[in-house]
Amino acid sequence: MSADSNSSSQETPNPAVDGSELIRFDKVTKRFGSNTVLDNLDFSVNSGKHVTLIGPSGSGKTTILRLLMTLMKPDGGTIKVNGEYLTHEVKDGKLVPAGEKHIREIRKNIGMVFQQFNLFPNMKVLRNITEAPISVLGLSKDEAEERARELLDMVGLGDRADAYPTQLSGGQQQRVAIARALAMRPQVLLLDEVTSALDPELVAGVLDVLRDIARSTDITMLCVTHEMNFARDISDQVLMFDSGRIIESGSPDKIFSEPEHDRTREFLNAVL
Amino acid sequence: MMSAKFFENWFLPGVWLTVQITVLSALFAFVVSFVIGVLRTSRWRIVRILSGAYFEIFRSTSALVFMFWIAFTVPMLLHIKFAPMFSGILALGITYGAYGSEIVRGALAAVPAAQREAGIALNFTPMQRLRRIELPQAWPEMLPPFNNLLIELLKGTSLVSLIAVADMTFAGNLKRLVSGDSAPIYTLLLVLYFVFAFILTRVMRLLERRAKARVGQRPAQSGLRALFGGVREKSAIDPITSAGGAK
Repeated sequence: MSADSNSSSQETPNPAVDGSELIRFDKVTKRFGSNTVLDNLDFSVNSGKHVTLIGPSGSGKTTILRLLMTLMKPDGGTIKVNGEYLTHEVKDGKLVPAGEKHIREIRKNIGMVFQQFNLFPNMKVLRNITEAPISVLGLSKDEAEERARELLDMVGLGDRADAYPTQLSGGQQQRVAIARALAMRPQVLLLDEVTSALDPELVAGVLDVLRDIARSTDITMLCVTHEMNFARDISDQVLMFDSGRIIESGSPDKIFSEPEHDRTREFLNAVL
Repeated sequence: MMSAKFFENWFLPGVWLTVQITVLSALFAFVVSFVIGVLRTSRWRIVRILSGAYFEIFRSTSALVFMFWIAFTVPMLLHIKFAPMFSGILALGITYGAYGSEIVRGALAAVPAAQREAGIALNFTPMQRLRRIELPQAWPEMLPPFNNLLIELLKGTSLVSLIAVADMTFAGNLKRLVSGDSAPIYTLLLVLYFVFAFILTRVMRLLERRAKARVGQRPAQSGLRALFGGVREKSAIDPITSAGGAK
């Protein structure tokens, strides 16, 4: 099923993005042992869209993000980013597993924020953000630091550039992690339950930053979250997962107000 | 206990040679530890097998017999001759490097997988991840076992006395053979090995403290307090405020 087709007619297209297909999953299967987490999954995301994945735990949402970030490889099917294979390449007319170089070339369009922040504890905040732009993108130290300080200001942590990650609260660490991902100027930002590890009073600050990014940039977002109000706020489209399949998709209004599927209703009743 | 002549001609040069052999074979073993230890975490199976074979072979063979083999057998087979001291350093470096590779491999394996994943998400190359993320975080964990190994190596240098390198143990043996009075010289040697080991431990503790401060685990201390303070492991009590706190 093409999850995107349901909702695209209901939205005003954002003129800042061309709306072309950015991500396509084609019959993607992922198994862990005998457990099939994703089952012949087809779906696509258009450029500039904010897509939220919801569903019970174990339904395969996070696996989708991890496949896109190449933290794991699919057992079947293909993933395309900007029309190019992510973990495969074509050699002599045949589709073969891609080498590190090809994967890195495609992967540079993708950024990710993790549930547990995963900041580098051996680097101060500023260097957490500048390290990859300098050594991966080849920015000069000055350029990278200027970019990092702008981003730190944006996430409200302009004064913590010289702190170590362990000296920050969870919410602050997560905001640094968001800045770190954005410093690579990705086309797509993957958000993997980014508030689940936070104390309740710190959640709002992180969500505000993400709302701000959703409003003020044309970055594509793929978001796994249990924060349904946030999902309703920022999403163009919501995908409901169950047992490795998308069972329902549509605009947040439709999914949250008048879900068609019983399973969706049950899930929303349980979490809302 | 010993004549001025013996002291000047054998004992002092012997002590100095022990120091030299310790430092040089430690440096050599250190390099071997990192090269083999990192290769043992390689993505390529064949690299893991070959480096694993190095580790298994050289940790399981006698350093002394291996030293004899380099000093006496290899020259016969290949018609080349090594300086005895070179043979000793080679044998010690290769053997202790095998032990050290296990320290490096283990510490790298203990870096949380999430750190590697963060590195992938930022599109670092595998080599950049190793150099900038994994090794710096693994380094503080390597230092206590490296300290042990360094002391083992220091004591292991006495083996070179058996391939005619005149280290301080060689001088001790010489004294016993000449005068037959072994008690004073061997006691002195034990004390000397202890003093050297103690100095090494203090230097390693200092390195460990600095390394941990650098990965944000605890504040650095400077000066004598750092040298003699020791390192308390993972205390839940904050050393500055003396209050327990969530870490």
